[in-house]
Amino acid sequence: MKQLITYLFAGLLWVMPVLAKAALTIEITGGVEGALPIAVVPFDTSRLSSKLPVDIAGIVASDLDRSGVLKSMERNRLPANPHFSNQVQYSRWRNAKQDYLVVGRVKEKSPGLYNIEFQLLDVLKQKQLVGRSMPAKKSNLRSRAHQISDFIYEQITGTRGAFNTRIAFVRAQKDAARKYVLQVADTDGFNAQNVLESDEPIMSPSWSPDGKSLAYVSFENERPEIFIQHLATARRSKVAGFRGLNSAPSWSPDGKFLALVLSKDGSPDIYTLNTATKRLKRLTTHRSIDTEPVWASDGRTIIFTSDRAGSPQLYRIDVGGGKPKRVTFEGRYNSAASLSPDGKFIAMVHGEQGQYKRAQFERETGILTVLTDSSLDESPSFSPNGKMVLYASTRGSSGFLYAVSIDGRAKHKLSDQAGDIREPVWGPFESK
Amino acid sequence: MKLYNAMKTWMIAGLVAVVVTACATTQEEMIDGDGAPIDDQAQTGMVDDGSSGGADATGLDGADGGDGMAISDMDAFTMLQQTEGALANRTIYFEFDSAKLTSESIQILETHGSFVAGNGEVSVRLEGHADERGSREYNIALGDRRAQSVRRVLLFQGASADQVETVSYGEEEPAMQGHTEEAWSKNRRVELIYTVN
Repeated sequence: MKQLITYLFAGLLWVMPVLAKAALTIEITGGVEGALPIAVVPFDTSRLSSKLPVDIAGIVASDLDRSGVLKSMERNRLPANPHFSNQVQYSRWRNAKQDYLVVGRVKEKSPGLYNIEFQLLDVLKQKQLVGRSMPAKKSNLRSRAHQISDFIYEQITGTRGAFNTRIAFVRAQKDAARKYVLQVADTDGFNAQNVLESDEPIMSPSWSPDGKSLAYVSFENERPEIFIQHLATARRSKVAGFRGLNSAPSWSPDGKFLALVLSKDGSPDIYTLNTATKRLKRLTTHRSIDTEPVWASDGRTIIFTSDRAGSPQLYRIDVGGGKPKRVTFEGRYNSAASLSPDGKFIAMVHGEQGQYKRAQFERETGILTVLTDSSLDESPSFSPNGKMVLYASTRGSSGFLYAVSIDGRAKHKLSDQAGDIREPVWGPFESK
Repeated sequence: MKLYNAMKTWMIAGLVAVVVTACATTQEEMIDGDGAPIDDQAQTGMVDDGSSGGADATGLDGADGGDGMAISDMDAFTMLQQTEGALANRTIYFEFDSAKLTSESIQILETHGSFVAGNGEVSVRLEGHADERGSREYNIALGDRRAQSVRRVLLFQGASADQVETVSYGEEEPAMQGHTEEAWSKNRRVELIYTVN
């Protein structure tokens, strides 16, 4: 009997440290006019004892393309195949209309242990902009490639790159053994790992600011409850299981608090929870719906959605308490805020005439720009450098992930056949 | 839907029985003791002999929801098996972005409230749902509000707070798939899921 029970519970829920792989594929759907031309020459791997499992230059080129700021040259058009800066004939690259050139090589220190060297060259000035040598092993080659993209992007744009970060999302699969899966993946969709599998809904993943844990809502006990899970160890704990609603966890920038939504005292209200002392503090008391709290990066203000004025609009409130101030006024439906890291923009879902579109709100001017032509957009989330927004959108019977540059120039779909993907959240920078 | 709800109640009851049995063998007899009356009630109900139902036919205090049956003579489980009348109506629908009950819905819920109030062995789980439009977080809050609206009517009719549980699924469990007004109107709902303890 006991065995039967174990089996039964295993059937309901599956917590995972690091496991299954299900790659997403990328499809660039938006134009890249005005992008700076860059050639990324395949790295020299000829002296390795066995073939490298990943194409480093290919990953870098694809990263840079997705940014919309750079446009990599197709491989079959490369005029030469240099691996060192002293092999470069700049005139050939200038004739090929390239502004930048990346060359590199992989050396093997011992089987499975590598050193990756690369140089970013300015074709017009005929000089090296940055060169690096970094150790790597088989298991972190993709991550190293994304780091190279970050170096290049920062060197050219002056903005820190966010390619070597992670995203989290929920995948719902009808007719699958377990219907809901919480996954984390690289920003290009590769290297997807299951965090939690369940027969009951999983919602609202939120990254801890150190990128090591996720808070989320799980219905595994047939009601919404909030959990925190450490990703590497899969150790987790329930942090809110009150009567009624336990939803929308959001980590404070210092990692010490969770903002969350509870209805234990009546209507859905915003609370903060000190994760160490477990002390709860109620921030809103209105009898309307208050939900979707997100923290400003200084940790002193929380933006949230409330229908206190009759329809959902964004408000802000001091974490010390006080009277909320209304932030958005345009349109009947503004919700699901994500704040840009500099606090100047709010990405959100804007509803008008039954259409729910991703929009961007500039706080200083109050200008709201609708940024999409679809009708069922959800959950926008800023990249940690503020240059991209990740969001979900329903097309037909499935939800897909999209990432778009904030200027709207470059858009790509992280597509996937298996299931409906929702609630993407972009994780923080890795600590330097 | 009614059948489904009844079945779900049974499944939950069954699951609880299995789980508890396994966790503590000393409680096994107690569980059997608890489980059996449900069976008995079901059977006495089938026989359609109101008087043999025994203990819990407390009556409905006059609120018969206009279905014209002498339900006050029946036990709770039998009453829940009726396929007609207000009690058989266990899904309450809502307008877009609203947790307001229509006067029709309130009438139906008053019958449910009186039934719960009059039958201490009954508990009801109110599952709130929303259509897919708008954000998931807002929708789960909206589902919660809808379930709370229903709960208030039940409590007002005298149901006790520990008989009534609310849970919101937001837009996560649609009753009907699709991106049409028809699907959306079916999905903006509260379902009443009964358990006879």
